[in-house]
Amino acid sequence: MSYEVPIAPGETVDDLKTETTANHGWQLWEVFVRPKRGLSYTHCGSVHAADSESAVQNARDAYARRGEAISLWVVPSSAIHASDDPESLFESFDDKPYRHPTFYEIPDEVGQL
Amino acid sequence: MTITDNERFEAMIEADEKIEPRDWMPDGYRATLIRQIAQHAHSEVIGMQPEANWITRAPTLMRKAILIAKVQDEAGHGLYLYSAAETLGISRDEVVNMLHTGRQKYSSIFNYPTLSWADIGVIGWLVDGAAIVNQIMLQGTSYGPYSRAMVRICKEESFHARQGYAILMALSNGTDEQKAMLQDAIDRWWGPALMMFGPHDSESTHTEQSMAWKVKRISNDELRQMYIDQTIPQGHYLNCTFPDPDLSFDEESGHWNVGPIDWDEFWATVKGNGPMNRERIAHKVQAWDDGAWVREAAEAYAEKQAARSHKIA
Repeated sequence: MSYEVPIAPGETVDDLKTETTANHGWQLWEVFVRPKRGLSYTHCGSVHAADSESAVQNARDAYARRGEAISLWVVPSSAIHASDDPESLFESFDDKPYRHPTFYEIPDEVGQL
Repeated sequence: MTITDNERFEAMIEADEKIEPRDWMPDGYRATLIRQIAQHAHSEVIGMQPEANWITRAPTLMRKAILIAKVQDEAGHGLYLYSAAETLGISRDEVVNMLHTGRQKYSSIFNYPTLSWADIGVIGWLVDGAAIVNQIMLQGTSYGPYSRAMVRICKEESFHARQGYAILMALSNGTDEQKAMLQDAIDRWWGPALMMFGPHDSESTHTEQSMAWKVKRISNDELRQMYIDQTIPQGHYLNCTFPDPDLSFDEESGHWNVGPIDWDEFWATVKGNGPMNRERIAHKVQAWDDGAWVREAAEAYAEKQAARSHKIA
Protein backbone atom coordinates (compact mmCIF):
# COMPACT_ATOMS: atom_id res chain seq x y z
CA MET A 1 0.00 0.00 0.00
CA SER A 2 1.14 3.49 -0.32
CA TYR A 3 1.43 7.12 -0.40
CA GLU A 4 1.74 10.57 -0.16
CA VAL A 5 -0.91 12.08 2.02
CA PRO A 6 -1.85 15.52 0.67
CA ILE A 7 -1.81 18.53 2.92
CA ALA A 8 -5.36 19.83 3.30
CA PRO A 9 -5.99 23.49 2.56
CA GLY A 10 -5.21 25.53 5.66
CA GLU A 11 -3.44 22.64 7.37
CA THR A 12 -0.04 23.26 8.95
CA VAL A 13 2.72 20.69 8.95
CA ASP A 14 4.55 20.02 12.19
CA ASP A 15 8.26 20.54 12.44
CA LEU A 16 10.26 17.37 12.65
CA LYS A 17 12.51 16.61 15.55
CA THR A 18 15.38 14.75 13.97
CA GLU A 19 17.50 14.58 17.07
CA THR A 20 15.42 12.57 19.45
CA THR A 21 16.51 9.98 21.92
CA ALA A 22 17.00 6.26 21.55
CA ASN A 23 14.25 3.83 20.71
CA HIS A 24 12.75 2.51 23.95
CA GLY A 25 16.03 0.79 24.75
CA TRP A 26 16.02 -1.36 21.61
CA GLN A 27 18.97 -0.68 19.41
CA LEU A 28 19.19 -0.43 15.64
CA TRP A 29 20.80 -3.30 13.71
CA GLU A 30 21.90 -3.34 10.08
CA VAL A 31 20.83 -6.47 8.23
CA PHE A 32 22.90 -8.28 5.60
CA VAL A 33 21.58 -11.29 3.67
CA ARG A 34 23.33 -14.02 1.75
CA PRO A 35 20.84 -15.02 -0.96
CA LYS A 36 22.60 -18.30 -1.82
CA ARG A 37 25.83 -20.18 -1.37
CA GLY A 38 28.69 -18.63 -3.30
CA LEU A 39 27.38 -15.07 -2.98
CA SER A 40 28.47 -12.34 -0.58
CA TYR A 41 26.32 -10.85 2.13
CA THR A 42 24.49 -7.73 0.93
CA HIS A 43 23.04 -4.96 3.05
CA CYS A 44 19.25 -4.84 2.85
CA GLY A 45 18.02 -2.52 5.62
CA SER A 46 17.76 -2.36 9.38
CA VAL A 47 15.66 -3.65 12.27
CA HIS A 48 15.15 -2.79 15.91
CA ALA A 49 15.84 -5.40 18.56
CA ALA A 50 16.94 -5.72 22.16
CA ASP A 51 19.68 -8.30 21.47
CA SER A 52 21.40 -10.08 18.60
CA GLU A 53 19.26 -13.19 18.89
CA SER A 54 15.98 -11.31 18.50
CA ALA A 55 17.58 -9.10 15.83
CA VAL A 56 18.14 -12.24 13.73
CA GLN A 57 14.51 -13.27 14.26
CA ASN A 58 13.22 -9.81 13.38
CA ALA A 59 15.46 -9.65 10.33
CA ARG A 60 14.14 -13.02 9.16
CA ASP A 61 10.53 -11.78 9.52
CA ALA A 62 11.20 -8.44 7.87
CA TYR A 63 13.60 -9.28 5.05
CA ALA A 64 13.40 -13.00 4.29
CA ARG A 65 9.81 -14.18 4.10
CA ARG A 66 10.22 -15.71 0.63
CA GLY A 67 13.54 -17.48 0.58
CA GLU A 68 15.55 -14.31 -0.02
CA ALA A 69 18.26 -15.56 2.33
CA ILE A 70 20.00 -18.74 3.37
CA SER A 71 21.93 -16.84 6.01
CA LEU A 72 21.79 -13.45 7.75
CA TRP A 73 24.15 -11.09 9.53
CA VAL A 74 22.96 -8.49 11.98
CA VAL A 75 25.41 -5.80 13.08
CA PRO A 76 24.76 -3.00 15.61
CA SER A 77 24.40 0.12 13.46
CA SER A 78 26.71 1.95 15.87
CA ALA A 79 29.51 -0.49 14.93
CA ILE A 80 29.55 0.59 11.30
CA HIS A 81 32.20 3.14 10.42
CA ALA A 82 31.76 4.71 7.01
CA SER A 83 34.19 6.56 4.79
CA ASP A 84 33.72 10.28 4.67
CA ASP A 85 34.52 12.47 1.74
CA PRO A 86 34.51 10.55 -1.56
CA GLU A 87 36.63 13.16 -3.30
CA SER A 88 39.64 13.08 -1.04
CA LEU A 89 39.51 9.36 -0.29
CA PHE A 90 39.03 7.96 -3.78
CA GLU A 91 40.39 10.58 -6.15
CA SER A 92 43.86 9.05 -6.58
CA PHE A 93 42.13 6.25 -8.46
CA ASP A 94 41.75 8.51 -11.50
CA ASP A 95 45.46 9.17 -11.93
CA LYS A 96 46.43 5.53 -12.06
CA PRO A 97 44.99 4.23 -15.31
CA TYR A 98 47.96 1.83 -15.60
CA ARG A 99 46.26 -0.35 -12.98
CA HIS A 100 43.71 -1.39 -15.63
CA PRO A 101 44.47 -4.02 -18.25
CA THR A 102 43.02 -1.80 -20.99
CA PHE A 103 45.91 0.69 -20.45
CA TYR A 104 48.23 -1.59 -22.43
CA GLU A 105 48.03 -2.01 -26.18
CA ILE A 106 48.83 -5.53 -27.24
CA PRO A 107 48.68 -6.57 -30.94
CA ASP A 108 45.90 -8.97 -31.93
CA GLU A 109 48.49 -11.48 -33.23
CA VAL A 110 49.59 -12.14 -29.68
CA GLY A 111 46.24 -13.78 -29.00
CA GLN A 112 44.47 -14.07 -25.69
CA LEU A 113 46.35 -12.20 -22.98
CA MET B 1 36.67 26.50 -8.66
CA THR B 2 34.83 24.87 -5.84
CA ILE B 3 31.27 23.78 -6.21
CA THR B 4 28.80 24.23 -3.41
CA ASP B 5 26.96 21.40 -1.66
CA ASN B 6 23.78 22.53 -3.29
CA GLU B 7 25.32 22.55 -6.76
CA ARG B 8 26.61 19.04 -6.23
CA PHE B 9 23.16 17.92 -5.05
CA GLU B 10 21.42 19.54 -8.02
CA ALA B 11 23.92 17.97 -10.42
CA MET B 12 23.30 14.52 -8.97
CA ILE B 13 19.52 14.95 -9.31
CA GLU B 14 19.98 16.19 -12.86
CA ALA B 15 22.13 13.16 -13.74
CA ASP B 16 19.54 10.77 -12.24
CA GLU B 17 21.99 9.66 -9.58
CA LYS B 18 20.53 8.49 -6.28
CA ILE B 19 20.94 10.62 -3.17
CA GLU B 20 22.27 8.50 -0.27
CA PRO B 21 21.90 9.05 3.50
CA ARG B 22 25.32 10.61 4.10
CA ASP B 23 25.09 13.04 1.19
CA TRP B 24 24.40 16.71 1.77
CA MET B 25 20.75 17.50 0.93
CA PRO B 26 18.59 20.62 1.25
CA ASP B 27 16.52 20.76 4.46
CA GLY B 28 13.33 20.84 2.43
CA TYR B 29 14.27 17.66 0.58
CA ARG B 30 15.00 15.89 3.87
CA ALA B 31 11.75 17.10 5.48
CA THR B 32 9.66 16.18 2.43
CA LEU B 33 11.12 12.69 2.35
CA ILE B 34 10.77 12.07 6.08
CA ARG B 35 7.13 13.06 5.89
CA GLN B 36 6.40 11.06 2.74
CA ILE B 37 8.29 7.90 3.75
CA ALA B 38 6.92 7.97 7.31
CA GLN B 39 3.34 8.42 6.11
CA HIS B 40 3.86 5.70 3.54
CA ALA B 41 5.05 3.44 6.41
CA HIS B 42 2.05 4.43 8.55
CA SER B 43 -0.24 3.52 5.64
CA GLU B 44 1.22 0.03 5.48
CA VAL B 45 0.81 -0.43 9.21
CA ILE B 46 -2.71 0.98 9.51
CA GLY B 47 -3.61 -0.92 6.32
CA MET B 48 -3.34 -4.16 8.29
CA GLN B 49 -6.48 -3.31 10.27
CA PRO B 50 -9.21 -3.45 7.60
CA GLU B 51 -7.83 -6.72 6.28
CA ALA B 52 -7.09 -8.33 9.63
CA ASN B 53 -10.78 -7.74 10.35
CA TRP B 54 -11.55 -10.76 8.10
CA ILE B 55 -8.80 -13.21 9.10
CA THR B 56 -11.01 -15.14 11.52
CA ARG B 57 -13.89 -15.15 9.04
CA ALA B 58 -12.05 -16.15 5.85
CA PRO B 59 -14.20 -18.68 3.97
CA THR B 60 -11.56 -21.45 3.74
CA LEU B 61 -8.37 -22.40 5.54
CA MET B 62 -6.37 -21.61 2.38
CA ARG B 63 -7.87 -18.13 2.07
CA LYS B 64 -7.13 -17.58 5.74
CA ALA B 65 -3.47 -18.60 5.37
CA ILE B 66 -3.16 -16.30 2.32
CA LEU B 67 -4.72 -13.38 4.16
CA ILE B 68 -2.40 -13.84 7.15
CA ALA B 69 0.59 -13.86 4.79
CA LYS B 70 -0.65 -10.70 3.10
CA VAL B 71 -1.21 -8.85 6.37
CA GLN B 72 2.26 -9.95 7.51
CA ASP B 73 3.67 -8.50 4.27
CA GLU B 74 2.05 -5.15 5.07
CA ALA B 75 3.81 -5.17 8.44
CA GLY B 76 7.06 -5.94 6.62
CA HIS B 77 6.48 -3.10 4.16
CA GLY B 78 5.94 -0.73 7.07
CA LEU B 79 9.25 -1.87 8.57
CA TYR B 80 11.24 -1.42 5.32
CA LEU B 81 9.88 2.10 5.10
CA TYR B 82 10.47 3.02 8.75
CA SER B 83 14.01 1.76 8.25
CA ALA B 84 14.36 4.05 5.18
CA ALA B 85 12.94 7.02 7.14
CA GLU B 86 15.46 6.46 9.94
CA THR B 87 18.35 6.89 7.47
CA LEU B 88 17.26 10.54 7.27
CA GLY B 89 17.97 11.05 10.95
CA ILE B 90 14.58 10.66 12.58
CA SER B 91 14.07 8.03 15.29
CA ARG B 92 11.48 5.29 15.06
CA ASP B 93 9.91 6.43 18.31
CA GLU B 94 9.45 9.92 16.95
CA VAL B 95 7.68 8.84 13.75
CA VAL B 96 5.46 6.37 15.58
CA ASN B 97 4.64 9.06 18.09
CA MET B 98 3.73 11.46 15.30
CA LEU B 99 1.22 8.92 13.99
CA HIS B 100 -0.24 8.25 17.42
CA THR B 101 -0.73 11.94 18.14
CA GLY B 102 -2.19 12.75 14.73
CA ARG B 103 0.74 14.90 13.62
CA GLN B 104 1.35 12.56 10.71
CA LYS B 105 -1.27 10.71 8.71
CA TYR B 106 -1.70 7.65 6.54
CA SER B 107 -3.53 7.02 3.29
CA SER B 108 -7.21 7.87 3.65
CA ILE B 109 -8.23 4.67 1.91
CA PHE B 110 -7.82 2.84 5.24
CA ASN B 111 -10.47 4.97 6.85
CA TYR B 112 -13.17 2.95 5.10
CA PRO B 113 -14.63 -0.17 6.73
CA THR B 114 -14.43 -3.72 5.34
CA LEU B 115 -18.06 -4.82 5.46
CA SER B 116 -17.98 -8.12 3.56
CA TRP B 117 -15.55 -10.81 2.42
CA ALA B 118 -15.71 -9.31 -1.09
CA ASP B 119 -14.04 -6.19 0.35
CA ILE B 120 -10.91 -8.26 0.97
CA GLY B 121 -10.75 -9.22 -2.70
CA VAL B 122 -11.50 -5.67 -3.80
CA ILE B 123 -8.77 -4.26 -1.55
CA GLY B 124 -6.21 -6.57 -3.17
CA TRP B 125 -7.41 -5.70 -6.67
CA LEU B 126 -8.32 -1.99 -6.43
CA VAL B 127 -6.35 -0.69 -3.45
CA ASP B 128 -3.15 -2.68 -3.90
CA GLY B 129 -3.57 -2.18 -7.65
CA ALA B 130 -3.50 1.60 -7.15
CA ALA B 131 -0.56 1.21 -4.77
CA ILE B 132 1.36 -0.73 -7.41
CA VAL B 133 0.92 2.01 -10.02
CA ASN B 134 2.19 4.56 -7.52
CA GLN B 135 5.01 2.42 -6.17
CA ILE B 136 6.35 1.36 -9.57
CA MET B 137 6.82 5.07 -10.20
CA LEU B 138 8.48 5.48 -6.79
CA GLN B 139 11.10 2.82 -7.61
CA GLY B 140 12.62 5.64 -9.65
CA THR B 141 12.56 8.13 -6.77
CA SER B 142 15.80 10.03 -6.18
CA TYR B 143 16.42 8.95 -2.56
CA GLY B 144 18.32 5.64 -2.55
CA PRO B 145 16.89 3.93 0.56
CA TYR B 146 13.31 4.84 -0.46
CA SER B 147 13.87 3.56 -3.97
CA ARG B 148 15.31 0.26 -2.70
CA ALA B 149 12.38 -0.22 -0.31
CA MET B 150 10.02 0.31 -3.26
CA VAL B 151 11.77 -2.33 -5.37
CA ARG B 152 11.37 -4.83 -2.56
CA ILE B 153 7.74 -3.87 -1.96
CA CYS B 154 6.75 -4.00 -5.63
CA LYS B 155 7.97 -7.60 -5.86
CA GLU B 156 5.53 -8.52 -3.09
CA GLU B 157 2.57 -6.37 -4.16
CA SER B 158 1.97 -8.50 -7.22
CA PHE B 159 0.96 -11.36 -4.91
CA HIS B 160 -1.42 -8.99 -3.12
CA ALA B 161 -3.20 -7.88 -6.28
CA ARG B 162 -3.46 -11.37 -7.71
CA GLN B 163 -4.78 -13.03 -4.54
CA GLY B 164 -7.43 -10.28 -4.40
CA TYR B 165 -8.50 -10.75 -7.99
CA ALA B 166 -8.60 -14.55 -7.44
CA ILE B 167 -11.09 -14.00 -4.59
CA LEU B 168 -13.21 -11.88 -6.93
CA MET B 169 -13.11 -14.40 -9.77
CA ALA B 170 -14.46 -17.02 -7.37
CA LEU B 171 -17.29 -14.67 -6.33
CA SER B 172 -18.11 -13.73 -9.92
CA ASN B 173 -18.59 -17.41 -10.72
CA GLY B 174 -20.65 -17.96 -7.59
CA THR B 175 -24.27 -17.60 -6.51
CA ASP B 176 -26.38 -14.51 -7.22
CA GLU B 177 -25.78 -13.45 -3.64
CA GLN B 178 -22.02 -13.69 -4.07
CA LYS B 179 -22.19 -11.72 -7.32
CA ALA B 180 -24.22 -9.01 -5.57
CA MET B 181 -21.68 -8.91 -2.73
CA LEU B 182 -18.90 -8.42 -5.28
CA GLN B 183 -20.73 -5.60 -7.09
CA ASP B 184 -21.53 -3.89 -3.80
CA ALA B 185 -17.86 -3.93 -2.78
CA ILE B 186 -16.79 -2.37 -6.11
CA ASP B 187 -19.49 0.27 -5.75
CA ARG B 188 -18.14 1.30 -2.35
CA TRP B 189 -14.37 1.13 -3.10
CA TRP B 190 -14.06 2.55 -6.62
CA GLY B 191 -14.41 6.23 -5.65
CA PRO B 192 -11.99 6.06 -2.71
CA ALA B 193 -9.52 4.06 -4.87
CA LEU B 194 -9.45 6.87 -7.46
CA MET B 195 -8.83 9.37 -4.65
CA MET B 196 -5.71 7.45 -3.60
CA PHE B 197 -3.74 9.28 -6.29
CA GLY B 198 -4.41 12.60 -4.57
CA PRO B 199 -5.88 15.87 -5.81
CA HIS B 200 -5.82 16.92 -9.46
CA ASP B 201 -2.48 18.27 -10.66
CA SER B 202 -3.98 21.76 -10.83
CA GLU B 203 -4.80 21.56 -7.09
CA SER B 204 -1.71 19.73 -5.92
CA THR B 205 0.55 22.30 -4.32
CA HIS B 206 3.55 20.11 -3.57
CA THR B 207 3.77 18.16 -6.80
CA GLU B 208 5.98 20.66 -8.59
CA GLN B 209 8.77 20.68 -6.02
CA SER B 210 8.59 16.89 -5.59
CA MET B 211 8.89 16.45 -9.35
CA ALA B 212 11.85 18.84 -9.52
CA TRP B 213 13.65 16.85 -6.83
CA LYS B 214 12.62 13.64 -8.62
CA VAL B 215 11.06 12.36 -5.39
CA LYS B 216 8.04 11.86 -7.58
CA ARG B 217 8.39 11.04 -11.28
CA ILE B 218 4.81 11.09 -12.64
CA SER B 219 1.95 13.43 -11.69
CA ASN B 220 -1.23 12.46 -9.78
CA ASP B 221 -3.51 12.74 -12.80
CA GLU B 222 -1.22 10.78 -15.09
CA LEU B 223 -0.90 7.97 -12.55
CA ARG B 224 -4.65 7.96 -12.00
CA GLN B 225 -5.28 7.65 -15.73
CA MET B 226 -2.84 4.75 -16.05
CA TYR B 227 -4.69 3.03 -13.22
CA ILE B 228 -8.13 3.66 -14.70
CA ASP B 229 -7.09 2.31 -18.10
CA GLN B 230 -5.71 -0.90 -16.67
CA THR B 231 -8.52 -1.46 -14.16
CA ILE B 232 -11.76 -0.91 -16.08
CA PRO B 233 -11.34 -3.94 -18.38
CA GLN B 234 -10.49 -6.08 -15.33
CA GLY B 235 -13.81 -5.07 -13.74
CA HIS B 236 -15.69 -5.91 -16.92
CA TYR B 237 -14.02 -9.31 -17.01
CA LEU B 238 -15.68 -9.96 -13.64
CA ASN B 239 -19.03 -9.05 -15.25
CA CYS B 240 -19.21 -6.05 -12.98
CA THR B 241 -19.92 -2.37 -13.51
CA PHE B 242 -18.39 0.77 -12.03
CA PRO B 243 -20.50 3.29 -10.06
CA ASP B 244 -19.97 6.07 -12.58
CA PRO B 245 -22.67 7.08 -15.10
CA ASP B 246 -20.11 9.19 -17.00
CA LEU B 247 -17.67 6.35 -17.58
CA SER B 248 -16.85 6.13 -21.28
CA PHE B 249 -14.14 4.87 -23.58
CA ASP B 250 -12.53 7.39 -25.90
CA GLU B 251 -11.70 5.48 -29.09
CA GLU B 252 -9.45 8.20 -30.34
CA SER B 253 -7.12 8.49 -27.34
CA GLY B 254 -7.56 4.90 -26.21
CA HIS B 255 -8.29 6.11 -22.66
CA TRP B 256 -11.24 5.62 -20.32
CA ASN B 257 -12.86 8.83 -19.10
CA VAL B 258 -14.35 8.96 -15.61
CA GLY B 259 -16.87 11.38 -14.14
CA PRO B 260 -16.11 13.91 -11.38
CA ILE B 261 -14.48 12.67 -8.18
CA ASP B 262 -16.06 13.60 -4.83
CA TRP B 263 -13.30 15.83 -3.44
CA ASP B 264 -15.43 16.99 -0.50
CA GLU B 265 -15.48 13.42 0.76
CA PHE B 266 -11.75 13.15 0.09
CA TRP B 267 -10.79 16.24 2.11
CA ALA B 268 -13.20 15.36 4.92
CA THR B 269 -11.47 12.00 5.26
CA VAL B 270 -7.97 13.50 5.05
CA LYS B 271 -8.94 15.92 7.82
CA GLY B 272 -9.98 13.07 10.10
CA ASN B 273 -13.71 12.79 9.47
CA GLY B 274 -13.87 9.59 7.45
CA PRO B 275 -15.90 6.62 8.68
CA MET B 276 -13.03 4.91 10.53
CA ASN B 277 -10.37 7.55 11.33
CA ARG B 278 -10.81 7.56 15.10
CA GLU B 279 -11.15 3.81 15.42
CA ARG B 280 -7.99 3.11 13.38
CA ILE B 281 -5.77 5.33 15.52
CA ALA B 282 -7.37 4.21 18.80
CA HIS B 283 -6.71 0.59 17.83
CA LYS B 284 -3.11 1.35 16.82
CA VAL B 285 -2.36 3.18 20.08
CA GLN B 286 -3.92 0.40 22.11
CA ALA B 287 -1.85 -2.26 20.31
CA TRP B 288 1.29 -0.21 21.04
CA ASP B 289 0.39 0.18 24.72
CA ASP B 290 -0.61 -3.48 25.07
CA GLY B 291 2.76 -4.46 23.61
CA ALA B 292 4.76 -2.43 26.12
CA TRP B 293 5.42 -5.41 28.38
CA VAL B 294 6.87 -7.38 25.45
CA ARG B 295 9.31 -4.58 24.61
CA GLU B 296 10.29 -4.24 28.25
CA ALA B 297 10.67 -7.98 28.77
CA ALA B 298 12.92 -8.29 25.69
CA GLU B 299 15.05 -5.48 27.00
CA ALA B 300 15.30 -6.97 30.49
CA TYR B 301 16.24 -10.34 29.01
CA ALA B 302 18.93 -8.76 26.82
CA GLU B 303 20.39 -6.96 29.83
CA LYS B 304 20.43 -10.14 31.88
CA GLN B 305 22.14 -12.11 29.10
CA ALA B 306 24.72 -9.37 28.63
CA ALA B 307 25.47 -9.29 32.37
CA ARG B 308 25.79 -13.07 32.43
CA SER B 309 28.19 -13.26 29.49
CA HIS B 310 30.21 -10.46 31.07
CA LYS B 311 30.57 -12.47 34.25
CA ILE B 312 31.73 -15.59 32.38
CA ALA B 313 34.27 -13.59 30.41
